[in-house]
Amino acid sequence: MDMLAGKVKLTQQSVTSAMNPSAALDRPIRIEARDVTVHYGAKQALFGISIDIPDRAVTSFIGPSGCGKSTFLRCINRMNDTIEGARVGGTIKLDGEDIYDPALDVVELRARIGMVFQKPNPFPKSIYENVAYGPRIHGLARSKADLDEIVVSSLRKAGLFEEVKDRLNEPGTGLSGGQQQRLCIARAIAVGPEVILMDEPCSALDPIATAIIEELIDELRENYTIVIVTHSMQQAARVSQKTAFFHLGKLIEEGATEDIFTNPVHKQTQDYIMGRIG
Amino acid sequence: MATDHITAARELSQERTRLVRSGLRRRHRNEAIFRGLGIAAIALALGFVALLFVDMTRKGIPAFVQSNLHLEVFFDPAIIDVGPAPVASEFASPAQYQAADLRWRRELALLNWNRILEASLMAKVPAGTEITSRELLSIPETNARHQLREMFVANPDLLGRTIAVDILASANADNWVKGNINRSLGDAQQQLSPAARTVIDAFEADGTLTNGFAWALFTNTDSRAAPASAGLLGAFVGSLYMMLIVIVLAVPIGVAAAIYLEEFAPKSRLTDFIEVNINNLAAVPSIVFGLLGAAVFINYMHLPISAPLVGGLVLTLMTLPTIIIATRGALLGVSPALRQAALGMGASKTQMVFHHVLPVTLPSILTATILGVAHALGETAPLLLIGMKAFVAQVPATPLDQATALPVQIYLWQGNENRNFFEPRTAAAIMVLLGVMIVLNGTAIYLRSRLEKRV
Repeated sequence: MDMLAGKVKLTQQSVTSAMNPSAALDRPIRIEARDVTVHYGAKQALFGISIDIPDRAVTSFIGPSGCGKSTFLRCINRMNDTIEGARVGGTIKLDGEDIYDPALDVVELRARIGMVFQKPNPFPKSIYENVAYGPRIHGLARSKADLDEIVVSSLRKAGLFEEVKDRLNEPGTGLSGGQQQRLCIARAIAVGPEVILMDEPCSALDPIATAIIEELIDELRENYTIVIVTHSMQQAARVSQKTAFFHLGKLIEEGATEDIFTNPVHKQTQDYIMGRIG
Repeated sequence: MATDHITAARELSQERTRLVRSGLRRRHRNEAIFRGLGIAAIALALGFVALLFVDMTRKGIPAFVQSNLHLEVFFDPAIIDVGPAPVASEFASPAQYQAADLRWRRELALLNWNRILEASLMAKVPAGTEITSRELLSIPETNARHQLREMFVANPDLLGRTIAVDILASANADNWVKGNINRSLGDAQQQLSPAARTVIDAFEADGTLTNGFAWALFTNTDSRAAPASAGLLGAFVGSLYMMLIVIVLAVPIGVAAAIYLEEFAPKSRLTDFIEVNINNLAAVPSIVFGLLGAAVFINYMHLPISAPLVGGLVLTLMTLPTIIIATRGALLGVSPALRQAALGMGASKTQMVFHHVLPVTLPSILTATILGVAHALGETAPLLLIGMKAFVAQVPATPLDQATALPVQIYLWQGNENRNFFEPRTAAAIMVLLGVMIVLNGTAIYLRSRLEKRV
């Protein structure tokens, strides 16, 4: 166990800033997934995933490439619906409601569950328009003043406002990579979601931009439930309170982050953390 | 040993370098040959285009200049012996005034305005020249008498006054002045009598006849009675109506069809079948569309023959496949990341398509539209089949009136028997058509670059 602690540098900061592990798991459950399976045509990608996502905490999915963590993430906001030939089985409940219920409007679901993608993809519009688009189509702003306020507060919450306040009308694609990703986070927040899904949000960014975003995630978790898929175990250890380890489409182990990294139960988890697989 | 290992590795690497180097010369030579062929192909294509432009310009430039006669016209009261123009206030009702006005105009029309014209010409003819009335009247264009009459109707105060009037020279006179007809040919092969030709030379010498810009080409409609005044105005307006109809119909229908097929239609055998058929439609000869137009729009729907509306509908059918294919291509080229970002925000599929995907594809759609319209502008075969081969001398007031189009006008002029006059004029009309196309294409390129810069 000591060599594990040596391999994964849990800094003092992350241990204290991460909540008391048992406290994280005591929080109410926001998302319940039971026996979720996904088929892409004939090929099965997920085999019976069951996991609870706690409210207002950061849950991270880790695992080697191709293990299904992004696939599972996309099930939560039904983005797999947009893929031809994708079939999802099992149930996923948000606050007790089955999100795959045909009576549920998927557009409304995606307003409650926001998503940030791996490669920053701001709309080819101005920075203001990027953030204002969501509130506008969902009818969240009654007037231009309302909309302005939403845009400014979202940019502030994403830590981007100070850098762009003089150039809100310039195209969003003209920002640096890290700024673009924060813009994407701001635009996700602007709709006022309850859950934010992040699919490897820092993998295309440099270390400094990554650090800024990790800090941002830490602030955001006070108000939003966050699920993050990450390739970096260090990032998972720094940022999340609950961790789930996926391998070849199966959920191998899940629990408090500190427990997973210091005291994994399954051998596969141990092997992955030690760097022997993946 | 270690050194053997290093020596072996070095030998291997040298051998490899040798192999690569031996093939390099051949590869570079092939590349140079290919580049040479490419340049030759471009040069050949550009050469043909240049040949076309130079030939047309050489033939057509003279037609932009036309001969005008500057005459002093005396509105002789002895000839114009109708009463004064009726005044509206003198009549009890507007209907009575209209009737009286019509009577007055008819009387004017029955007068022999040629005598007035002849008189003004005789005044300029050098003293002692023997020339008959008919020969003299072959110098100005045939419609000059109508021009004088219309001047008088517009301004009856001209009675008894002499004013300067510019009159177009006739086509034959124009040919003679410009040298379009061989001056050494004998009298039997000339169109004008010897006396007329002498008078024309005299007019040219003393400035009665000068060459000026041929405004008639642009402001008049086609004419067979007075070829000198044959112009492109009617054809312009006809083509314009048709282009407007094509843009208004083909673009929304084409873009909507492409969006539906690409974004909303479920992928099935039926949609594949439709896609194959649309691709084939783009290759169908244009004359087949003319047959379709004649059968459906004229025979079945009883729309007027030779109307710009029918021509526009036929050209729309021709342009639709181009726009659909181009729009589909543009839609396929939009990055999936953009679509995912929009959907992830909670945009519905329609919102994603119209708010995000379509704006990105606008430059391509615009280019395809203008290229399609420019292509349709030059189509002649389908228009001939819907009846536009007739000679039309008026400007169409509405898209339902009989009309002609620029390419059809060129075709008609090309068949005119006065070859000396109409060869250059046809070339000039072709230049005008090419000019319109260049402007359209230039607009497409400019708008496209503006739109791309904005995105």
